[in-house]
Amino acid sequence: MKKLAKLSKGLYVALCFAFFYIPIFVTMLFSFNSSKSLTKFTGFSLKWYIELIENSEIMSAVWVSVSVAVLATAISTVLGTITAIGLSKNRKLIREWITNINNIPIMNPEIVTAIGLMLLFSAMKIEKGYLTMLLAHISFCTPYVITSVYPKVRSLDPSIANAAMDLGATPWQALTKVVVPMIKPGIIAGVLLAFTMSFDDFVISYFVSGNGVMNISIIVYNMTKRTNPTINALSTIVILVIFIAVLVVNIIPLLKRKRAVANEKSN
Amino acid sequence: MNTLIELKNITKTFDDQQVLKGINLKIYENEFLTLLGPSGCGKTTTLRIIAGFDESDSGELLFDGIEISKLPPYKREVNTVFQKYALFPHLNVEENISFGLKLKKTEKSVIEQKVKKMLALVGLSGFEKRDVTSLSGGQQQRVAIARALINEPKVLLLDEPLGALDARLRKEMQTELKKIQKEVGITFIYVTHDQEEALSMSDTVVVMNDGYIQQIGTPTDVYNEPENRFVASFIGESNIIEGKMVRDCLVEFDGFEFECVDKGFKENEEAEIVLRPEDIDIVKPENAKITGTVESVVFKGVHYEIMVKTDLRSYMIHTTDFFDVGLEVGLSFGPEDIHVMWKMV
Repeated sequence: MKKLAKLSKGLYVALCFAFFYIPIFVTMLFSFNSSKSLTKFTGFSLKWYIELIENSEIMSAVWVSVSVAVLATAISTVLGTITAIGLSKNRKLIREWITNINNIPIMNPEIVTAIGLMLLFSAMKIEKGYLTMLLAHISFCTPYVITSVYPKVRSLDPSIANAAMDLGATPWQALTKVVVPMIKPGIIAGVLLAFTMSFDDFVISYFVSGNGVMNISIIVYNMTKRTNPTINALSTIVILVIFIAVLVVNIIPLLKRKRAVANEKSN
Repeated sequence: MNTLIELKNITKTFDDQQVLKGINLKIYENEFLTLLGPSGCGKTTTLRIIAGFDESDSGELLFDGIEISKLPPYKREVNTVFQKYALFPHLNVEENISFGLKLKKTEKSVIEQKVKKMLALVGLSGFEKRDVTSLSGGQQQRVAIARALINEPKVLLLDEPLGALDARLRKEMQTELKKIQKEVGITFIYVTHDQEEALSMSDTVVVMNDGYIQQIGTPTDVYNEPENRFVASFIGESNIIEGKMVRDCLVEFDGFEFECVDKGFKENEEAEIVLRPEDIDIVKPENAKITGTVESVVFKGVHYEIMVKTDLRSYMIHTTDFFDVGLEVGLSFGPEDIHVMWKMV
């Protein structure tokens, strides 16, 4: 009986992982296929990677995705952090109202946000392209930053900034040397969320972009209409980058802890 | 002694509530001054105005004779020890203490030396690299004091710094703070609601209530010669009786005239009389003007707290002698035990 229970438990986990990872594995495998087929593996080759690098359309989409994600993350992080700090100094009623209003874009279906932004840009006669995509990404990333930074700011001792200024720090120094380092975990969480949301986004980007400006999601969507293993090659690279990022994010705290322990011992 | 800080007619209103209603106060060099009062009396606001965290609505704030009301906190020569310490958790002990000096771009070797000296002063030598969050409340308090004093301020402001410590540690830190103040020789302005703390540490006690200063004086002055009913009842326990000054050195209450030492009242002016419980002696009824019966006896450790009921009121008496409940007794006190105060309007 016990053996069976153990076996079924193992089987369950294995199935879960299989379900998650087989599609990824298949994608990766066929990126190395020598033929165009997505069902039959005919032999190892790197030709789809070469094609990917030589395809200027895809490369420019990669550039758009990365640069929009980086810029949108940076701008929305600054905006969101300032808002969260300012919000904590307000009276209770205003705080509650704004945090509630801030939740609406997060809960709102993306398609509604997308159409809304598209109509707004048309009404304001802003030409659709890179700028509109960037503005849209900033606008939907900022609420996530506020949501992740605000609780950290609220948990600060209200005397902390005063203490810094009391010791001779200007308001700017108090912010950069004391407040920001103390809410850093919230800011980092905000950065990760904003970057993922932006890099990942398809629906909003699709509606607000134009004039041939495409990010990865849009170009992949356009390419899936015909079989093209360069998508597999692109996906494999993205997966690899994410895998390395996750690895680094998990290893850094481990190393830090080890160093702290070593320090304590040497003291 | 030179005046270091002077507050002239300072007022402050928060959300339609007037917290300070005209504070006039002179603070001298090397003085240990305590702002004492119940919560909401305006003592912390007064401190925050001196530190620069709040700005007064009207009045003048002079530091060394110069008006500083508009000066931001980082330009004032005062440092503050906060109620909950407000240490920077992302920095270790050494980095916390050297925070102010690093902002001033002090040389590294000088900083190191001064940090060592400060840690020795507060009794935390060898704690340089410790994480502040791993320290006990008392140790964090010491780091907060070192972090403030390292900047060599002319005035150290302390906002109920011992509030979060347990009774035993409080006593220890009280002695320590007094010692540190003597050693560094600067002015300490200390805010507390604990009258015992105020009396045992201060050179000057400023009793505040309801946005006004009630009395300024040495601890003995404030205890022995309270100026009004509030001060008398807030500091120590007391019997407060209404009566009148017949003339200088003669007061009348409870239907009898008593000799006293107070002067300066109008003839037959209404006044309030304070009799401290420990100043009243219980004697035989025939030896005293005021007589009554023992109503209750409570043992308090060193003394008994005895309530004696007379025709007009109950008196509280602290004595080391025991008396039976129901006993007829007389109450006796000398002229110097009677403290006559202005009647509060």
